[in-house]
Amino acid sequence: MLQVNNVEAVYSKIILALKGMSLHVPEGKIVALLGSNGAGKSTTLKAISGLLSGDGGQITDGTIEFQGKKINGITPDVLVKNGIFLSIEGRRVFKDLTVEENLIAGAYTRKDRSNIKGDIEKIYEYFPKLRALAPRKAGFLSGGEQQMLAIGRGIMAKPKLLLLDEPSLGIAPLLVKEIFQNIKKINQEEGTSILVVEQNANVALSIADYGYIMESGRVVMQGDPVTLLSDKDISEHYLGIGKEGEKNYKEGKIFRRRQRIVW
Amino acid sequence: MVFFSQMLINGIVVGSIYGLVALGFVLIYRASGALNMANGEFVIIGPYVCLVLITAYDIPFFIALLITLVFSAILGLVVERLVVRPLQNAPVISVIMATIGLSSLLAGAVHMIWGHQTRVFPPIFPPTPVQIGGVIITPVYLWSFIVVIALLILFSLFFKFSKMGIAMRAVADDRTAASSMGISVKYVYAATWTIAAVVAAIGGVLLGNINGVSPSMAAIGLTVLPVVILGGLDSVFGAIVGGFIIGICQNLAGGYLDPLVGGGLKDVVPFIIVLLILMVKPHGLFGSRGIERV
Repeated sequence: MLQVNNVEAVYSKIILALKGMSLHVPEGKIVALLGSNGAGKSTTLKAISGLLSGDGGQITDGTIEFQGKKINGITPDVLVKNGIFLSIEGRRVFKDLTVEENLIAGAYTRKDRSNIKGDIEKIYEYFPKLRALAPRKAGFLSGGEQQMLAIGRGIMAKPKLLLLDEPSLGIAPLLVKEIFQNIKKINQEEGTSILVVEQNANVALSIADYGYIMESGRVVMQGDPVTLLSDKDISEHYLGIGKEGEKNYKEGKIFRRRQRIVW
Repeated sequence: MVFFSQMLINGIVVGSIYGLVALGFVLIYRASGALNMANGEFVIIGPYVCLVLITAYDIPFFIALLITLVFSAILGLVVERLVVRPLQNAPVISVIMATIGLSSLLAGAVHMIWGHQTRVFPPIFPPTPVQIGGVIITPVYLWSFIVVIALLILFSLFFKFSKMGIAMRAVADDRTAASSMGISVKYVYAATWTIAAVVAAIGGVLLGNINGVSPSMAAIGLTVLPVVILGGLDSVFGAIVGGFIIGICQNLAGGYLDPLVGGGLKDVVPFIIVLLILMVKPHGLFGSRGIERV
């Protein structure tokens, strides 16, 4: 459904953020994009959704294809109409709008205005907490509630592909689980394909059908969640799972050398 | 007591027009964070166009008004396209400087085309004043008030319920998030400037009917600044309340204090109020301090 081929992206014409990034999101699946800070995960999402130019960035090479059509260079409002919706990092709900108005704003590009009321109800079924908060200004919601709202706002646009940028950011672990279960449910019930960027690898891989691991602007590993989680190197060096305690310097160096040979 | 009521009513009417003009000012501030220093010129161009249509082409008032509003809408669009959009990614101060330049340009154009004498509208509203409990209200005042209140209600409904209204508030709140939602920021900006120019023109035509039209009317652009600072720069409701407060204070000061100090206080009072409000509540009466909960 979504195919990113060897994309290269720069900020301010000098900072190379993506160096030949490729990934594939199949129809109706959840794909997790993992990696440390500065690996280029958010840049990838922005490149897909056309929001890169707003941050002074641009795609300099490669192609992004959505349902077989090339979409680089298309403005975000057209992309949302075509069915790609990015729920940007840090929730970014409209603070001075009520919860309900936030949801209505999410449905901005939709032509079937009469169905909006019903879809708002559906969001409240996914996230029952939001129902009671409907008339409240979104700025007064807690972080977790804001994240639910941000995801709900995305579903309101009825996208075919929903891009989520770190939905677990700054949220209590228990709530993170709940939010991810809801993401899975949305994927199953609405048939929405989802590309989720996460730092919290465990929780992301628990719902994903496939995972990519990024490092300095490109994919370094990929595979289905079971493979990724069972590989000792991957879980230790990229996902921070597994052996606790200090990693010694030598071990790390050996790993890097091995990695250079492999990739 | 009658004198007091008279001054009060004048204040309310003038204040309601201030509120209307301030509304345009606040919209632009909320959308782009920029102050539109050319707002005063937006206010005077409307009535001049309307007046020319009425006197030179013998067009009935309401049709002339409609044409004026269309003209103002186009003016707003053109300004947005030529002056504001090229500066979209520039610092806010550049936009403000550009509007100062624009105000000089427009003021110069008005002087060139229409000269500097005061012109009066032919009487449109019936001249017989209405008497309410000894207080005389001329129909111009009454109608101005009704028009402004109707418009303000209309705009509140627009912002609360319409798709465009919600989109405009969303853009004012978080531009990046709004564009990720598929809201075209360009389109919203264009709509904002159009609405601002149209309400300014309506305010100008109403004021022109009350006081006559002259280039010095552009001073309302300056008077509106105290109004929005008092009400809170980003609050539509604040603009309206601020408009009433400034209008009333100005007229009361003009009625009671001007004779004592030899006149001129009417124009100073709004700025005294601004100084006071900046000391006590720098965000204005209804301005948001920004909700911060992360």
